[in-house]
Amino acid sequence: MMHFMSFFPYAIAAWLFVMGLYGIVTSRNFVHLIICLAVLQSSTYVVLLSIGYRWGGVPPVFAGPPVGTPAVDPIVQALMLTDIVVEATVVALLLALAVQLHKHTQKLNPDELEALEG
Amino acid sequence: MNRTGRMVFFLISVAGFFAIYLWALRGLSPFGHYPGPYGDVLNKVAVYERHATDVVTAVNFDYRGFDTLGEEFILFISVIGATLLLRRQKSETEDGDQEDESPNRTAPAPSDATRALTLALIGPMVLFGLYIVCHGQLTPGGGFQGGVILATAPLLVYLAGDFESFKKITSHTLVEAAEAAGAGGYLLIGFIGMILGTFYLRNVFALGKTGEVNSSGTIAAISIATGLEVAAGFVLLLYGFLEQTLEIRLGGGKGGGKK
Amino acid sequence: MLLIQVTILIFVAVAGTGVVLTREPSSQTVAISFYGLLLALMFFIFQAPDVALSQIVIGAVALPLMIMLALARIRRDREQSERANKREEKKAA
Repeated sequence: MMHFMSFFPYAIAAWLFVMGLYGIVTSRNFVHLIICLAVLQSSTYVVLLSIGYRWGGVPPVFAGPPVGTPAVDPIVQALMLTDIVVEATVVALLLALAVQLHKHTQKLNPDELEALEG
Repeated sequence: MNRTGRMVFFLISVAGFFAIYLWALRGLSPFGHYPGPYGDVLNKVAVYERHATDVVTAVNFDYRGFDTLGEEFILFISVIGATLLLRRQKSETEDGDQEDESPNRTAPAPSDATRALTLALIGPMVLFGLYIVCHGQLTPGGGFQGGVILATAPLLVYLAGDFESFKKITSHTLVEAAEAAGAGGYLLIGFIGMILGTFYLRNVFALGKTGEVNSSGTIAAISIATGLEVAAGFVLLLYGFLEQTLEIRLGGGKGGGKK
Repeated sequence: MLLIQVTILIFVAVAGTGVVLTREPSSQTVAISFYGLLLALMFFIFQAPDVALSQIVIGAVALPLMIMLALARIRRDREQSERANKREEKKAA
């Protein structure tokens, strides 16, 4: 049982990554593509979380428990925290691009877009 | 590249990705047995060195404060890019020749239940957002989370009323100034360390007593600056998207956008 | 604890697959909101409350909101161009 759990979260992260990439590759709508990009990014959160976890650890907030209790890693959590907020704004930027694209070409299908014109 | 070509390329890349991933996983310790020294070192010393009980916020704004400065500027630039893309361009002024297809129909006003609930929640939401921003160094929270909570308060105003009331409370220049003040404030707080003779972004304010709101030096100040910037950034994004979308006014029924 | 962790990981994988396989963007908005909540629950179970707070606020509120607003704008553009086409056809006729 322990053996199975020691790699299961990494397998879930790989599955999410592949599913997100599959969605991007076979997408027929730009907004669908952007949302699949968000799923792709969340696979990295699962990997980071799994690296820092410790069995029986408490969250790295010592407002209650005393300082010596074994806690999970705070550094990867700091990385994930800013990453989530930045992901939202990058998605907003991409959505603004999609809106402008539709305004000019009336098309949202990545397959139908031709080369840029001046 | 047509679809089948793309699928073949995708399958090859997935196979390559799996090979590299499995090779990388063999070097990691199994799940649950975190080996690394840095997390344990930080958990032990952060409370004593910085008088902050939330180690994640201390890492974010102090130990790795330079990375967070970079990420905050990514946010700033994305907001600038999105508002630039969504601005009303000269070619799309009022749709003057657009006939009103259904002049007797107006947009339904928000129901009384929606109005009551959202109006009641605006005050507590602002207070809650400020609480999360200010207590970032004690409990889970901080500038990023509290800033987004603060940005949902004008959204509640929009839900309770219409776009005109939303426009009235988010006067554009003030929100832009607040965002610039937040981003610039983080930058300048770092310079205070250099002026006082040590390195950039060093924690030079008084550290205070652990467990009180007024503790941990520059972490609290940076948290407030970040909260301001994130809140203003999201309000700008909302304003940009809503301005592009709304054209129906309550009780009017007349179409056409307005600047 | 182990059972809860395995369960939530399986839920997250299934929800992620569901988000990708939903092709219509307006239904995908609801799916990504639900997926965001499940991710936040996973962060809580793995002892990361800071990250969970961030994920709830962003992934379940701000992100679906912006997607819906962008979709509304695209729909308005489409209706406007259709009306312009109809008007031109009426003029030509």
